[in-house]
Amino acid sequence: MENSNRRSFLKVAGITALGLGTKPVLDVFAASGGKAEEPKPEVYKNEKALIAKRWGMVIDTRKFHSKEDLEPMIEACHKTHNVPNLTEPRHKIMWLWEDEYKHVFTHMEHELINDRIKHLPFLVLCNHCEKPGCVRACPTKATFKRDDGIVLMDFHRCIGCRFCMAACPYGSRSFNFRDPRPFIKEENKEFPTRMKGVVEKCNFCAERLAVGKMPACVEASNGAMVVGDLEDPESEVRELLRSNYTIRRKPDLGAGPSVYYIV
Amino acid sequence: MLELALKGDRKYWGLVIVLLTFMGVGFAVYLKQLDFGLGITGMSRDVSWGFYIAQFTFLVGVAAGGVMVVLPRYLHDYKAFGRITILGEFLAIAAVTMCILFIIVDLGQPMRIFNVMLYPTPNSVLFWDMIVLNVYLLLNIVIGWNVLEAERNNVHYAPWVKPLIITSIIWAPAIHTVTAFLYCGLPGRGFWLTAILAPRFLASAFAAGPALLILLCLIIRKFTKFDPGREQIQSLAKIVTYAIIINVFFLLCEVFVVFYSRIPSHMSHLQYLFVGFHGYHALVPWMWTSMALMVTSIVLLVIPAARKHEGVLAFACAILFIGTWIDKGMGMISGGFVPNPLHRVTEYMPTLPEILITLGVWATGFFVLTILFKVAVGVKEEVSGVKDTCESC
Repeated sequence: MENSNRRSFLKVAGITALGLGTKPVLDVFAASGGKAEEPKPEVYKNEKALIAKRWGMVIDTRKFHSKEDLEPMIEACHKTHNVPNLTEPRHKIMWLWEDEYKHVFTHMEHELINDRIKHLPFLVLCNHCEKPGCVRACPTKATFKRDDGIVLMDFHRCIGCRFCMAACPYGSRSFNFRDPRPFIKEENKEFPTRMKGVVEKCNFCAERLAVGKMPACVEASNGAMVVGDLEDPESEVRELLRSNYTIRRKPDLGAGPSVYYIV
Repeated sequence: MLELALKGDRKYWGLVIVLLTFMGVGFAVYLKQLDFGLGITGMSRDVSWGFYIAQFTFLVGVAAGGVMVVLPRYLHDYKAFGRITILGEFLAIAAVTMCILFIIVDLGQPMRIFNVMLYPTPNSVLFWDMIVLNVYLLLNIVIGWNVLEAERNNVHYAPWVKPLIITSIIWAPAIHTVTAFLYCGLPGRGFWLTAILAPRFLASAFAAGPALLILLCLIIRKFTKFDPGREQIQSLAKIVTYAIIINVFFLLCEVFVVFYSRIPSHMSHLQYLFVGFHGYHALVPWMWTSMALMVTSIVLLVIPAARKHEGVLAFACAILFIGTWIDKGMGMISGGFVPNPLHRVTEYMPTLPEILITLGVWATGFFVLTILFKVAVGVKEEVSGVKDTCESC
């Protein structure tokens, strides 16, 4: 008798534990509704915040001639975001970097392309896609797309499965293969450092836009990089797109990259 | 029933101690990985999944392959397999255990793993993989245990087990299909972006899983009083034969499409694996070894006289298992990452710590398998003492 009581208690306890653990998962399958609407806290934006319906970037590559021309932007970006300077190539973290035309525009290269383009270094970064493959793949919503089109990372939620890295067709994501902190030359206290085991990438300087500042790379670019609202016909990026021929990386994949290049 | 695993001869305990040693070494190195980060592996920014995920993929196949004894038994009423269904189910338990462990050792922040359940994301294939794998594990534990216990008590298993068995038969292909969907739905990864990936995974699974089962049956016959049966082994051998032929056929279909269309982003990966790409060819000898082993196993298996000879059959199954393991465990994952989306080549080879952790996980799986098979064989030996044929199973 005693034994059977203990058994049934264990059964109930086991089922209860299983139920509690799987509740969020089961909620996904449950029909919506049933929950009382909770009052949402109001969030106020900084008055100076720069806002857009859909952020985009235009890079005027005609204004660059050599790798040295690109260094100020890369340095500004990596300094602002505490990107570590790891020497082991396998462990490199890159938010903004440069590469050749044939590697950046893999679908558009040809042998007889003119020398200027062939040897010109191009800036590469996260494309903040309209339909980001990384966001689709992430199993925890640690990477997500904001209403204004910026694709962000929650470094505290990321489990480090690296599915997003496999899903990104632009190679824009980096993983912290080791503790990055000892490799940060000067820490910027305005932006968090990361821990080992999480993925990171360009965040379009969301933290700077929120306080009315332009992205760090844009500020350092002498007007060669411009960000603005792709949905506002009056914006500077739309004006640049109207008056120049621009290309995007791998548009055939349908991800809808928001970074445009004037060549 | 677990008490059956506590009694064994010197060989049994010797095996247990060897496995525990590998588990211990693997765990110690894993602690080092936890401390340092995944930087102690050969993975990189470009090849962001390596040995761990490849083992995971291969073992999902082995787990799914177990269904090849369950399906004929319950859907076609092929009674002979009744003797060994439990071995298929217990193999599945061990294989899924390894899969889950390989996922855990691959995570950068394993202590956050429950975020997958706290923030369920149905658009992520990984979320579904988590569900199908855990359910498959649970199904096999419940089914295997209940059916074996019923056999031991000389009664028919409870009626509620049958629907679970049918579910598990459908579930087995599902786990490997979902695993293939992890890879084949990714834009810009030409090697995996093919609708034949899931069928290919299943074909290699239904070859490798039953091949391992044949080897295990032969080992059990040699070292215990339980004989899984000649007919059973021969039937499994036929399944293995068809599956490995289909697997190689699917691969050749892939080769045709890729090389006749000549789309560089699809072609470059197969070139890297089989002939080298821009001077990089670390995997070329491995891939040709894999091909040679698979083709040789086909030759040995299709000739009835060779297949019926159990020594030849064991050899064929062993080389088939190694061949499919190289194909999936080495080529399939890193091959998809080389060259990278910017058409640059970063090669990948596992490091020693990575290999030791991998061996530790395999040892854990085989530890689970040893315990479970000891229980199963113990019950079979007990039952055969009572009566010769098992009518209830």
